[in-house]
Amino acid sequence: MESLEQLLAEHPFLEGLAPHHLKTLAACAQVRQFTAGQFLFREGEEAKEFFLIRSGQVAMEIYTSRRGPITIQTRQEGDVLGWVGLPPPYQWNFDARAMVIVRTIALNVDCLRRACEEDHELGYELLKRFTGCMARHFRSLKLQLLDIIHGV
Amino acid sequence: MASNSRQFAVGAEPMLPRVFRVEKRVKETADTFTLTMMPLAGDEDFAFAPGQFNMLTAFGVGEVPISISGDPAAPLPLVHTIRAVGAVTKALCGLRKGGQIGVRGPFGTSWPVSRAEGNDVIIVAGGLGLAPLRPAIYHVMNNRTAYGNVEVIYGARTPYDMLYQQELMIWRGRFDLRVRVTVDSATPEWRSNVGVVTNIIPRARFDPYHTTALVCGPGVMMRYVVQEFLKRGVKEENIFISMERAMKCGIGFCGHCQLGPHFICKDGPVYSYALIKDWFEKREV
Ligand SMILES: Cc1cc2nc3c(=O)[nH]c(=O)nc-3n(C[C@H](O)[C@H](O)[C@H](O)COP(=O)(O)OP(=O)(O)OC[C@H]3O[C@@H](n4cnc5c(N)ncnc54)[C@H](O)[C@@H]3O)c2cc1C
Ligand code: FES
Repeated sequence: MESLEQLLAEHPFLEGLAPHHLKTLAACAQVRQFTAGQFLFREGEEAKEFFLIRSGQVAMEIYTSRRGPITIQTRQEGDVLGWVGLPPPYQWNFDARAMVIVRTIALNVDCLRRACEEDHELGYELLKRFTGCMARHFRSLKLQLLDIIHGV
Repeated sequence: MASNSRQFAVGAEPMLPRVFRVEKRVKETADTFTLTMMPLAGDEDFAFAPGQFNMLTAFGVGEVPISISGDPAAPLPLVHTIRAVGAVTKALCGLRKGGQIGVRGPFGTSWPVSRAEGNDVIIVAGGLGLAPLRPAIYHVMNNRTAYGNVEVIYGARTPYDMLYQQELMIWRGRFDLRVRVTVDSATPEWRSNVGVVTNIIPRARFDPYHTTALVCGPGVMMRYVVQEFLKRGVKEENIFISMERAMKCGIGFCGHCQLGPHFICKDGPVYSYALIKDWFEKREV
């Protein structure tokens, strides 16, 4: 069976991370599986975990009283889910629902924060990767908004 | 200006429309219809290359360029998918079986389906952009062994805005074709991707050194898609896009469609990115 460190090393988000940093992260990590339809988290809940998706597909949903839940994006194998919960107020602002069986590595947010405070090199390494995720996310969000609002 | 691929020459009188009769009208989405039509006069010679367009006349209303969206291996009946956005397209979409349409064409350059042989082919369509690409998909599927990995990536606003839904399902069921669809937003019944097509390109399987990318959709979408292909190492001359400009003559006489040195009706609408990049999605000139 693969160790948690191996699983972490295989995820694209952590590609090339130094072995001692992988070891630190492994101490905050847990393998978690969700069945189709199960929620990884729900809007308003405290953000306790951040997910690296190993397989499957997750719908990010926002509930609207008029139309019920609307899927605004999907995340799949190789993606990260939940960086929005890392800064204060440590609260989810959307629902995340497994569309099929979803396998993840869940990283405990408290543990992750402590590890980054103690080891700024690790903190900076993760910050760079989160910034990359955010840039990609905003790029596609811009296009999505243009299409929805203006039908470009 | 060098053309991108084979073109079918127009007849001796390119300004004279032939009259076609609507045989079938299928509603694709709330405002988009596919018309299937045959020539009235029974002169059944018609050939086109994937990506070419016709000038369609709604009699008494006007004439507009519309891509051919049928199978180039079976060019008749002629198939066009039209979104009703203004006077002419609304009149065309309103025609029922037996209605008459003027047809001039086929005009313009085509998707480089012959040049792409031996390559992986990645076809990216946004919204109505699937209509001009469908003949290229048919051609690739009809000659499947000539190509490497083939993927179709299609994005629409919502599941209800997707064209050719039944055909997409059939294509999805094939072992030799990968079809991925994505929408901007959906309700939980939707079982596929939500997001933009650019999110899917990093996951597509292709060898950047041996890939031809065919892209058609709204201008901004094509701009972002081209960037993704360039990022993955596909060369500018192997990325093809289809340009849209208002047209009048369709044959390079009037200059109505001019964009810098390009007459989109004659030198386009299909261009390699290398050829059109200085004029593509630039501020109005
Ligand atoms: C090479 C080429 C191929 C084309 N292929 C197709 C096709 O396969 N199917 C199809 O439905 N259309 C296609 N078009 C677009 C089509 O030609 C236009 O929608 C049409 O000319 C509009 O004419 P109209 O008189 O109906 O509307 P107009 O009165 O000219 O325009 C009505 C409104 O629609 C807007 N509009 C005009 N053109 C477009 C457009 N292309 N997209 C979005 N909004 C527009 C105008 O800005 C205006 O606000 C193609 C265009 C070109 C140049
Ligand atoms: S439409 Fe007349 S030159 Fe192109």
